[in-house]
Amino acid sequence: MSGNGDSTSRRALVALGRDPLAVTGGVVLVLLVVAGLAGSWLAPAGINEVNVDRMLQPPSWAHPFGTDEIGRDVLSRVLVAARVSLEVGAVSVGIALLVGVTLGLFAGYYQGWLDNILMRCMDVLFAFPVLLLAVAIVAVLGPGLRTAMVAIGVVYTPIFARVTRAGVLSVREQVFVRAAVATGASDLRIMRRHVLPNIAAPLIVQTSLSLAFAILSEAALSFLGLGVPPPEPAWGRMLYDGRGFVTEAWWLGFFPGAAIFLTVLAFNLVGDALRDVLDPRQLTVSEARRHAG
Amino acid sequence: MTDETVLSVADLTVTIGTRRGAARAVAGVDWSVRAGQTLALVGESGSGKSMSVLAATGLAPRAARVTGDVRLLGTDLAALSAARRRRMRGRHVGFVFQDPMTSLNPVLTVGRQIGEASEVHLGLTRRAARARAIEMLELVGIPSAADRVDAYPHQLSGGMRQRAVIAMALVCEPDLLIADEPTTALDVTTQAQIVELVADLQRRLGTAVVWISHDLGVVAGLADTVAVMYGGRIVEQGAVDAVFAEPAHPYTAALLAARPDPDANVTELVTIPGTPPSPLELPEGCAFWPRCSVRGDSRCERELPPLVPVSAGHQVRTFYPRQPTGEDR
Repeated sequence: MSGNGDSTSRRALVALGRDPLAVTGGVVLVLLVVAGLAGSWLAPAGINEVNVDRMLQPPSWAHPFGTDEIGRDVLSRVLVAARVSLEVGAVSVGIALLVGVTLGLFAGYYQGWLDNILMRCMDVLFAFPVLLLAVAIVAVLGPGLRTAMVAIGVVYTPIFARVTRAGVLSVREQVFVRAAVATGASDLRIMRRHVLPNIAAPLIVQTSLSLAFAILSEAALSFLGLGVPPPEPAWGRMLYDGRGFVTEAWWLGFFPGAAIFLTVLAFNLVGDALRDVLDPRQLTVSEARRHAG
Repeated sequence: MTDETVLSVADLTVTIGTRRGAARAVAGVDWSVRAGQTLALVGESGSGKSMSVLAATGLAPRAARVTGDVRLLGTDLAALSAARRRRMRGRHVGFVFQDPMTSLNPVLTVGRQIGEASEVHLGLTRRAARARAIEMLELVGIPSAADRVDAYPHQLSGGMRQRAVIAMALVCEPDLLIADEPTTALDVTTQAQIVELVADLQRRLGTAVVWISHDLGVVAGLADTVAVMYGGRIVEQGAVDAVFAEPAHPYTAALLAARPDPDANVTELVTIPGTPPSPLELPEGCAFWPRCSVRGDSRCERELPPLVPVSAGHQVRTFYPRQPTGEDR
């Protein structure tokens, strides 16, 4: 055992590095972020470069992912769309994290009527099917990138509220929290310094898993025409556009679909691995494995 | 009331609403502790000893209804706003809880935790609080304090952690230290060290101490006065020597008799038959009556005995005080 201070996070990273699935997921995520940041620069062709001479061409060296019905390069569009997916994922999960954790923290810490009101509201949100709720919110706010972010953020808020509250309920009963109350620290200080750091692990896991679902939701909204307006590329939208050509041009739907699949899979792999290494009971298992290996 | 009295509690009652009715955890308790003195509250689990202290300092659970007069340094705590009560408690009272494994936050360094109260109450900067934490770690006898200040709780042994908790409790130089069974979770040699440490710090800092314990052996060597609690009431209180030498209440006598004597060659430990009463259904009369060896008459069953003096400063709640014959010595 290392005597280092932040040994928990260090051990978690080491354990992650020994999990081949987590490494695979991590590599995909890194590639994805690179695509998101430098997509338009990496793209071999302009995303809206229409060319009727080369429409619906199958994958080739010139166009590895083929071209669509108006001759646009599918690879370029898939690359550039990564940015939108990541942006929507990050912002919406950011909203859900901020709002959900705040609500869950207050509900779990103060309990009583505040807890009842907040969590029953969360239950109501939770009771709706995810997509239906998102569609309803977009219908009210009007379609567009920003509303898609807000809608997905609202949809995933209850999950964070619940995870946070559950964690707070157990940490709150710990003696060190009572001790902090006894020393006269304010409630906000106790929540920030004593409660929140102790529930960071489940929140990190939940964030990673939610990113996958948020990206999936964005794809679904775009598929329904409620996300990013054309001609901006978005994976869900491209899937929708390729739907009419499934038999004659499979690549139109295949590559955006594969991008969605790989992204969601990568976030899930990393999320699952994080759960394994951050759970203290699992930590001993991975440690045992490490010592055995 | 002399200016020396740090904390006094008069007619303190704590009622906790439960699904099965109101539980009277503390039923009219009076005690006080003066600067530099140690008061021991002794009793079995559920006797109300911890609850009376928590309630007095405003830390009772939310479901509890607390009545009575509590004065900390002459200030009526009930008259203060919640925020001012919190500040007053944090500034003047330090707490040491039973289990040092759980009373430290696992994700913060001990230095940050020790310094925290001084940041809140003394307005120290983070750097000054860290220096203060090192000072405190040295005071409680932790070697190489300058390194240990950055250690996480799991890197310290149980005894070290309890020392760190004591450092945390004393960082603002409180007038009162409340120790809630601080040695129960420790092994015997460490227990002795912690008791010695608290006694030593008390001599040096002049702090008043309320020591909550079920261990009469610890109390004997540590306390000036002792209050024995049973069923939410004080059944006997007085100077520790007087109470231990001549216990007037059958319960105190039975407790003392139940202490294992390392010199005696016995095969079976002495116990008190029966179990303590549930705070949900306290008997009308003397709470100890069903388990009492004296068990006088039906008067004990019907009527609550008052707290009566047996000698100067030594009071007992029984109709049949044991005569100071000296046979217990």
